[in-house]
Amino acid sequence: MAEVLVYVDHVDGAVRKPTLELLTLARRIGEPVAVALGNGAADTAATLAEHGAVKVLTHDASEYADYLVVPKVDALQAAHEAVSPAAVLVPSSAEGKEIAARLALRIGSGIITDAVDLEAGDEGPVATQSVFAASFTTKSRVVKGTPVITVKPNSAAVEAAPAAGAVEALSVSFSEQATGTKVTGRTPRESTGRPELTEAAIVVSGGRGVNGAENFSIIEALADSLGAAVGASRAAVDAGWYPHTNQVGQTGKSVSPQLYIANGISGAIQHRAGMQTSKTIVAVNKDAEAPIFELVDFGVVGDLFDVVPQLTEEIKTRKG
Amino acid sequence: MSLRIVVTVKYVPDATGDRHFADDLTVDRDDVDGLLSELDEYAVEQALQIAEDADDAEVTVLTVGPEDAKDALRKALSMGADKAIHVEDDDLHGTDAIGTSLVLARAIEKAGYDVVISGMASTDGTMGVVPALVAERLGVPQVTLLSEVCVEDGVVKGRRDGDAASERLEASLPAVVSVTDQSGEARYPSFKGIMAAKKKPVESWDLSDLDIEAEEVGLDGAFTKVEAVAERPARTAGTIVKDEGEGGKQLAEFLAGQKFI
Ligand SMILES: Cc1cc2nc3c(=O)[nH]c(=O)nc-3n(C[C@H](O)[C@H](O)[C@H](O)COP(=O)(O)OP(=O)(O)OC[C@H]3O[C@@H](n4cnc5c(N)ncnc54)[C@H](O)[C@@H]3O)c2cc1C
Ligand SMILES: Nc1ncnc2c1ncn2[C@@H]1O[C@H](COP(=O)(O)O)[C@@H](O)[C@H]1O
Repeated sequence: MAEVLVYVDHVDGAVRKPTLELLTLARRIGEPVAVALGNGAADTAATLAEHGAVKVLTHDASEYADYLVVPKVDALQAAHEAVSPAAVLVPSSAEGKEIAARLALRIGSGIITDAVDLEAGDEGPVATQSVFAASFTTKSRVVKGTPVITVKPNSAAVEAAPAAGAVEALSVSFSEQATGTKVTGRTPRESTGRPELTEAAIVVSGGRGVNGAENFSIIEALADSLGAAVGASRAAVDAGWYPHTNQVGQTGKSVSPQLYIANGISGAIQHRAGMQTSKTIVAVNKDAEAPIFELVDFGVVGDLFDVVPQLTEEIKTRKG
Repeated sequence: MSLRIVVTVKYVPDATGDRHFADDLTVDRDDVDGLLSELDEYAVEQALQIAEDADDAEVTVLTVGPEDAKDALRKALSMGADKAIHVEDDDLHGTDAIGTSLVLARAIEKAGYDVVISGMASTDGTMGVVPALVAERLGVPQVTLLSEVCVEDGVVKGRRDGDAASERLEASLPAVVSVTDQSGEARYPSFKGIMAAKKKPVESWDLSDLDIEAEEVGLDGAFTKVEAVAERPARTAGTIVKDEGEGGKQLAEFLAGQKFI
């Protein structure tokens, strides 16, 4: 059976969920061979094996943390040479897309970004993408070289599928470009204790209607009652009420949770681009004409300062 | 010597209009209004600021696109760029990211550059990979997705806000930079700027000027193929209630019915 390279996104050995989803998709095409780089690379093996990796290629060097993108491209290229895979899958983060693109160029392949689904096809993997602010769905294929495909979070279910997960050292020699862009400082994001926005099953968002940084506590309280992540519209982010890392939309994160609750958000096309594929959509907005209501499964026309706290209380009561 | 800045800008269909596909499954660029991608306005803005801070600098805007893409160049010139290059060729129709990066890289080399500045992503394709591809082709550092950027003494420095951390980056020129919409509000063209833009030079190059064969680009040269497109089915109309004091409870009832509570 053909092998499929899966690039592992991990933090000091802790594998992030989108990588496990990639393993599910990779198994539809062939046998997953994972590539884990940097600090803690070998610690990823047990989790990866549990989810179907037949092999885990690892390499650690200070270059991965000290320089931008290119060292990882060099390593993935080495893995590509070692394995000759049927496809290369990479999580669709900003960095993942850059790594994948440079790899594709080097190996003479095409690249598809932001796939939301992947199936085996007679002529190679077929990727589903959601385009034009999620108003169209396309099916595409890479027609030259080894398909390189980046896949968005929440595109497949994480499945246990125990496999050997044999750890092998990958041998990597860095290119001249590897040390071109130096990382001179790094400030890790502070953890909020809430789920990761792109991975969360429920997202509760606030927009301009929240009207002030201090009022976001109402949104956070609702999120916490549901174990949800907190999102924000660009208007709320630009006003300085909530951090940019929480922005949902075209220039923020795209999310596809089971439930999306939009509060005081009008539903501009650029916001819809990032949330339109959510399974169930709910909105609270005092303007009955707001375009967000075109998307909702359930909408409340009303003042969020009345509706949201009542909802939070009711959820807490029902949950006991 | 003068600091040569090349800004890559894309002409895209207006996102607030009705975007769709042409019969050959490429993005329809004929039947819809186009404009300078809003995300590339941020690149033009940062280029102008870097130029203003340098003793001597020249800002060239570069686009690869159809006839109408001149509108995008005009807008950038009226914001304050010095000159423009339009790469236009019938054989370019349907070119993918890999092909676009080839055309851009050749044009950038021909124009001469110290810094290339791009947007974070085009608003139609939204891949966000062209700057990395151009850097790979030019063999120079990529300093991408910056929310803050400055160029001093032949070095570009910036801040990249990632998911896990915010990073400070540094590279020697020449380099390829891309900036996000967090890098600072883009200026509006002034009346004076709009008038001045009419007199600024716009060069037109085709594939032969860049020693690129027709087979290397276009729909036939593409490394990827769109096989099917379908309009997303409209969401089924939901229930909308007016809050008359029980809105929060009604919403809770709906969520409970859907097993979210
Ligand atoms: C290139 C580009 C990229 C962009 N990227 C993004 C992006 O990634 N994400 C994004 O979100 N936007 C993005 N935008 C901006 C987008 O166009 C909208 O401007 C933005 O989404 C508006 O945010 P909003 O809905 O919070 O604000 P508004 O449009 O002002 O809507 C506020 C809503 O709150 C309601 N409201 C007010 N008070 C209350 C109350 N007390 N109770 C209930 N409802 C109330 C109002 O009725 C209104 O509908 C982008 C724009 C461009 C040009
Ligand atoms: N046809 C083009 N002409 C000029 N610049 C482009 C073109 N396509 C992409 N770019 C640049 O590359 C950036 C990222 O584009 P993309 O990778 O397509 O999302 C854009 O913001 C532009 O700066």
